[in-house]
Amino acid sequence: MTALDLARLQFATTTIFHFLFVPLSIGLAFYVAVNQTLHYRTGKEVYARQVHFWGRLMLLSFAVGVVTGIIQEFQFGMNWSEYSRFVGDIFGAPLAMEALIAFFMESTFLGFWIFAKGRVSPKTHLVSIWLVSIGSALSAFFIIAANSWMQHPVGYKMVGGKPHLTSIWAVITNNTAIAAYIHVLAAAALTASLVTIGVAGYHLRREHQVDAFTTAIKVALPILCIGVVVSFLAGDQLARLLIKQQPMKMAAAEALFNTEKPASMSLLATGDFTANPGHTNRDLKIPHVLSLLATRSWDGQVLGVNQLQKQYEAKYGPGRYYPYVAVVYWSYRIMVYLFLAMAIFALVGFILWRRGKLAVSRRFQRIAIWMAVTPFLVNTAGWVMTEVGRQPWIVQGLMLTRNANSPLVTTAQVAGTLIGFTLIFTAIGGVALWLFLREARKGIHEEAPAPGGPGAPDLSLAY
Amino acid sequence: MHSVDYSFLQALWFILICILWIGYFVLEGFDFGVGMLLRHLGHNDADRRAIIHAIGPMWDGNEVWLLTAGGATFAAFPLWYASMFSGFYIALFLVLFALIIRGVAFEFWGKDDRPRWRATWEWAIVIGSFLASLLFGVAWANIVHGVPINAQQNFTGNLFTLLNPYALLGGVTLVLLFISHGAIYLNMKTGGDLPERARGVAKWASPAAAVVGIAFLVWTVIDMNDRTGASVAVAILGAIAAVLLATAAVSELGRRPGVAFGISTAAIAMLFVTLFVDLFPNVMPSTTSSLYNLTIANTSSSSKTLAIMAVVAVVMVPIVLAYTAWSYWVFRKRVSPEDFDRTTKNPLDLVGSGGKSAGTGAGPDPGSAPAG
Repeated sequence: MTALDLARLQFATTTIFHFLFVPLSIGLAFYVAVNQTLHYRTGKEVYARQVHFWGRLMLLSFAVGVVTGIIQEFQFGMNWSEYSRFVGDIFGAPLAMEALIAFFMESTFLGFWIFAKGRVSPKTHLVSIWLVSIGSALSAFFIIAANSWMQHPVGYKMVGGKPHLTSIWAVITNNTAIAAYIHVLAAAALTASLVTIGVAGYHLRREHQVDAFTTAIKVALPILCIGVVVSFLAGDQLARLLIKQQPMKMAAAEALFNTEKPASMSLLATGDFTANPGHTNRDLKIPHVLSLLATRSWDGQVLGVNQLQKQYEAKYGPGRYYPYVAVVYWSYRIMVYLFLAMAIFALVGFILWRRGKLAVSRRFQRIAIWMAVTPFLVNTAGWVMTEVGRQPWIVQGLMLTRNANSPLVTTAQVAGTLIGFTLIFTAIGGVALWLFLREARKGIHEEAPAPGGPGAPDLSLAY
Repeated sequence: MHSVDYSFLQALWFILICILWIGYFVLEGFDFGVGMLLRHLGHNDADRRAIIHAIGPMWDGNEVWLLTAGGATFAAFPLWYASMFSGFYIALFLVLFALIIRGVAFEFWGKDDRPRWRATWEWAIVIGSFLASLLFGVAWANIVHGVPINAQQNFTGNLFTLLNPYALLGGVTLVLLFISHGAIYLNMKTGGDLPERARGVAKWASPAAAVVGIAFLVWTVIDMNDRTGASVAVAILGAIAAVLLATAAVSELGRRPGVAFGISTAAIAMLFVTLFVDLFPNVMPSTTSSLYNLTIANTSSSSKTLAIMAVVAVVMVPIVLAYTAWSYWVFRKRVSPEDFDRTTKNPLDLVGSGGKSAGTGAGPDPGSAPAG
């Protein structure tokens, strides 16, 4: 492996690991804020107990998510210095804004929320969890805006061979960024709600704290349902943008090697495992569906990998302009198929709720435990598709990944840090998972934390 | 006209980034120091919990100053960011390692009460705080002194290039300075026996930091004289920093804990002001050839990006400072080991025991003094 391959592997490893925690943290912060609001509004003790229980799980997620996020900001410079030099005029701005606008807010008020309970009024304490929720959601916006610029560069002009910013507004309101951001927020809602329903299902199966965990599901299910609908709509919007902005990614995601008009959607395809086998061996298809989804017309044309390759060669010169098709195809399938399972699960949950059977359906509870794993697979698959699908470009149409890494950082250095990060992440990820499961199994505190007035700080959330 | 604006914006962003680093070092400086002293000053679980709680609400927000400095460098001086981060590759990996184990340790520590579990994460906090302090000192000394950089703005040395005597002195300076800063902070923010023990540390750490720090400053001025010629400004600023370091070493910790912390803060800030003024208008000089020096002019973003980001900073920084200050104000009271020294393990029981528990304590606290 070359230093470039290892740097790519390192980016994939650290980013995937980081993103296991990001949507969980954003989603749980929102979930906790909703519960705390319900407690504030109704005064019902059951919500205070939810805040305490899910809040502690949220803090574990935040702890790992925050420290692994520091790497994200550093590794552009460490492993991708040529990329940083090339895009710095545009790419650095959202990162700096993310820190100034979102990270300060998130971190300051998270510390505040943990330690100020009972020290400030319940209203101030409630505001602080909302500021954590908003801060964490805002941080996602800026990084998505930065990533979307790599998928669909806007608001720049080329000066001396480098993109120079012409409109920060264009970068921030990039249609790719808006759709991707909504998609990510929906993913956060799906992640947190499925995890909470899974934990609740585990306890309900054992008839443990039935009331408290039924309440937990009732708060989570609407979030799950909204997440399903919004993530579908935003995903659909992203797919239509993809057809225009990154048709090669769409073609690879559908294993569409040759242009079709009308285009069928592939259900299950096999092919030779090379970067671009040029054709599928077997392909189970539904006619017209891809045309409908991508072009909104019954007979719309969708370009194939082979035709796009020719187009790009004509435009950019000789080279390979396709990603590893099988990786993009299968990550897309995993994302979509597991998403369908989530949608069905949400529907079933909703029906059971209406019939008053959430607490008694053993099958729903058992499946709920397994469904808690799916958002992590879906989130990972989504990013693999997005990032691998952009290859060979690091910035679509402007810079190739192979020209972007740090020229004088050696293979040994990248290998060493890759091994180092992998070991650290395995260790802290393992510990965090163990603690998370242990806390989750304990269940909700039987008694609500004392309301606490001024001068009686409640340290039930603190270390 | 246009070029005047441009060089003004470049200088402005250099100053803003320096302010972010100074903010980072004075704030995270005390929580690094507290982290290094965790096991030394904390003799039992209650002590250590009080020490952790003394920085608990702040340390994560303090760390954001680093992220902001990094992000601002990327936005304003992308070529500096690229050269520095790829050049200090292994050193930065070690910084990340330190910050990661330290960050999760705060959260993991209280999740189990087995002695080995506690000890593991306490050591993670101690080592993480030490390693990060040392490496930031080494890194900044190298940035000021210069490192081998070629015509393509790439660092051509390795980890051992960075471990030169001057840089190591910078590293030791920062470690001692933060230990002293952390001890002075704990003297101000804790109750029970802890302030006295913290003063015991400050008694040796502050003079040691002053001696080493002044030696580092003298070396810095001499080094600058060799490289670019004498600078009166740097010599004067270095002298002020030296006076502040010496004052911090002899300041009255018992009666005026807040003032002592203020002096310590000013000493750290002036040390870095000296380094930054020395550095300007370079951002990372090349020891290979002064032709290859990285400067604010040859590493910056376009004037448009600098101007936009300046607006963002002007709007956001006061807001951030306001709520940060408010949060520090809410947590101004001392934290005592007595608040945690109960046979009950469940913190909920603490709350139930009435107003005299944990942290702020409604009751009068004889050693209590408001935070600086």
